[in-house]
Formats: sequence, structure tokens, C-alpha cells
Amino acid sequence: MIASPTLTLQAPQLMTTPPLLTMTGVSRRYGDVVALQDLSATVYPGEVLGIVGESGSGKSTLLRMMNLEDTPDAGDYRLALPDLPGNLFDLDRFARRMLCATRIGIVYQNPHLGLLMKHTSSGNVAERLLIAGERSFAALRGRAREALDASEFPLDRMDARPIELSGGMQQRVQLAKAIALEPALLLLDEPTTGLDVSVQALVLDTLKRLQRDRAITMVIVSHDLGVIRTMADRVMVMRRGRVVEQGLADQIFQDPQHAYTQQLVHAKL
Amino acid sequence: MHPVLEVRNLAKQFQMHHLGQRLHAFDGISFTLQAGEFLLLRGPNGVGKSTLLRTLYRSYLPRAGQIWYHTEEGRIDLATAADVDIALLRRREIGFVTQFLIARPRVAAEDIVAEPLRRAGIAAPEALEEARRWLAEFGVKRDLWRAYPTTFSGGEQQKVNLARALILPQRLLLLDEPTASLDAGARAALIRRLADLKAAGVAMIGVFHHPGDVAGLIDREIELTAREVAEDVAV
Repeated sequence: MIASPTLTLQAPQLMTTPPLLTMTGVSRRYGDVVALQDLSATVYPGEVLGIVGESGSGKSTLLRMMNLEDTPDAGDYRLALPDLPGNLFDLDRFARRMLCATRIGIVYQNPHLGLLMKHTSSGNVAERLLIAGERSFAALRGRAREALDASEFPLDRMDARPIELSGGMQQRVQLAKAIALEPALLLLDEPTTGLDVSVQALVLDTLKRLQRDRAITMVIVSHDLGVIRTMADRVMVMRRGRVVEQGLADQIFQDPQHAYTQQLVHAKL
Repeated sequence: MHPVLEVRNLAKQFQMHHLGQRLHAFDGISFTLQAGEFLLLRGPNGVGKSTLLRTLYRSYLPRAGQIWYHTEEGRIDLATAADVDIALLRRREIGFVTQFLIARPRVAAEDIVAEPLRRAGIAAPEALEEARRWLAEFGVKRDLWRAYPTTFSGGEQQKVNLARALILPQRLLLLDEPTASLDAGARAALIRRLADLKAAGVAMIGVFHHPGDVAGLIDREIELTAREVAEDVAV
């Protein structure tokens, strides 16, 4: 018997959880275009942070910064993980690649960015494991299979090439690749945009399940407020490279404070 | 012994940018709530009872005042606490029960109910067994347990919602018309559960369309009056 009739109240405790991810003062210009302006963000372990904003608000740029694909003009980026001292933007290319391959997973809206379309699906996942030093064929195959299965990819198709798969299946291969090494941080850039509604629901459901079962910390970028509402614990609203408002997801949707957020939420509801 | 909750001069208003107006909800709300106490919020429709509950839960941001939530390690002001702390408190200690279920596509009723237990680290088989016990307790038919509640009637959804919300005892429960749309059997199950929780020391604040339903549980009442609802104020 778990909860009743022998009721047990756990001792209350105040939380002082240190963040997993801390970004401070990040700015990035591309020519005359200001993509990010003195932006700061924190992500706590096990939570899902949703980032919303219109096209060009800088949300995807921010996600790519988190994935160390770009270096800002200024700013500091830290992950509270062992053996990661200092500002991650100071890491050289090799160290960045290693860090991204082993500790950070990413799923792009466009599967061409995340997958080798002419390799097999299992090969795409195994490639990630190879980078991390796995060499035995049996182990590579076994672990790729495991990651594909966790992403609810049909295993009888694991040797199909992504180019032969539907959009929803391609996203599952990306997801399997992203989670194969059990990353500390999973970044999702419009992961369901362009999928039809029923497939979108299935992919979101898989993400939810992964989040629940593995407590993976996630950052999800989407212009679709429904997706953010389904997924996120906290929401950050971006506009013109800045954060205009952030808060608990229900607060952002039920009691938005900023004029821009109100406009955004009212446009949805 | 500290109270669970100490609310001081709590005020809420909504700033509606597109109207250029502020809508006053309430102000000057103060009360104290002890462990095991049941506080009923009374007042006519639109007086701000649900708004007060949502402000305590931080779905709404208060304009002024404090919401001191006491723990053995100290107290935390829910009005200004960090979002991450609120999120964790909601997961473990502060529950909110509405009449509306937020059903997710393709998640079975029993999985929805088991989720708080899974989050608390209880293994799937035990969590599911407990979830089924509560679905049965609230009168959800066995053949619906594996079904997706998105297609359920309002009453059946509400039962799933209650089972999920009450399956883990929390220290503070906010109840927003939980008996609405329930049949007599489910209402009785709910009241039994609330009485058990109260006896176990759970503090509760509730809004009920028919307060008679919970007459035996009520320790204190606060009447919200129209006085606390100011007119729209032009910005």
C-alpha cells in the first residue's frame, strides 16, 4: 500500500537546486542583425524549458549556442557537469565536438541537419557511439537498437536509410542518436514542426515518456504554443534577441505579464 | 508549531495591455492555515475565489503581499519564490485540484493517475496497481483504465483528474470546485479521501459550489465580498 490508508507525509524541504545550465550576457550579431542581446538563461536538472517567440526572435540561435555550434561576441556558458571547468565558449573545436557528442543531444527541425540520409538508421545512431569510443560491432548494434527502441522507432526498419523514412520516423532516428549516450542535456529545435498533427502527438508523447523515465533535462524551441504547453515546465519568451518574460508554463499561459506575451497567448487561444 | 500557510495582505490585479486597463481582482487578503485545517472560500460568482486559489498556486502572479509557506527548514514566500522552487513544491507538497483534466494525447487513464507516483520514484507495477485502486474507488469502469481520457465524458475525466491529484498526499491542497460534475458515488469517494488527508495533516483551501458537500470537513470560512473587487482602473 503506497499512499492510503496509511498516509505518509514527507518532510517538507526547501529547494536550492543549482542549475545545470547557466548562460550569462550572451550577445551575437550577424552583420547588422542582432540575433542575441545580452541574454541570460538558466536550466535546472530534470526540467523542460520551453522557448517561444516569433521567427527571428533568436530562439534557434540560442539553442545553437547551447549546442556550441557558434561562438557569441560576448558571453559565458557553463554546464554543471564533472570535468567541465569554466566558460564552454572558450573550448577549442575538438573539445566542443567531444562535449556535444557525449553530453548534449540535439534534434533539429530539419532531419538533414542531424542525420546522414544515406547511411542506415542504426548506423546513424552507432556513429554517435563510435565517437565515444565504442568499437565492438555487437555492442554498437545493441546500443543503437536500444536507443531506437526507446525512441519508439520500429526495430524491423533499423537498417532502412532515413531518406526512405517518413518525417516522423526521421525525427525518431534523430532522437535515438541524441539520446544514445544518455546526454545530460537534450536540445529540441522545432522537433515536430512540419509533421502532421497525429504524428506530432506521437513524437511529443515519446519525448514526454523519455523525460519521465530518464529525467533528461530538455530545452525545446517551438513557435507552436500548444507544443510548449504540452511539454514545458518553464517558459522563456523571446523577442528581438532578448528575453521579454519567463515563468512557470501555466503562469505564462494564464497570467502573461508582458504586452508581447499577452499578444502571443491571445493569438493562440 | 508553525502554520502551513500564512497569507499577508495578498493582492492581485490583471494588467490587460490590449485594453490599456488594469483589472482589480482582490486585495488585503490575510489568513493563516494550520496543518489539517480546512478553509472554505465563500462568495458569489466572479468575486475572485478561483483567482485567489490560482494566485496561491502561482499560476497567477500576485501584485502585492506575501504567501509564507512554512517548512521544517524555514519558510518560503510563494509570492516571490523562484519558479524552480515553486515547480518542485508543486511536485511534492502543494497540489491543485480543478474540475478540468489536462489530458495528454495517447496516455491511458491509469498512466495519468500513476504519474505522480512514478515521479516520486515508485516502480511502475506498484504505481499502476495503486492507480487502478483509485480509479476503482472513484468509480471509473475497468474497461476505461487503458483508454485515453481525451475522449471521456466530463464526469469521467474529472474522476481521473481527482485520482491523479489525490493519489499522493501533499502538505497543502487547493481545491477548485472538485465536486462539480461528479456523480454521488464519486463525490462520496472524494469526500472520504479528503477526510483521510485532513486526518493525516494535509491543509486544504477549497471553493465549492455546494459547500454542504464538505460540511463535515470545514474548520473555517473566508467570505470574499464584492468590496474586494475594485472597478476597472484605467492605466
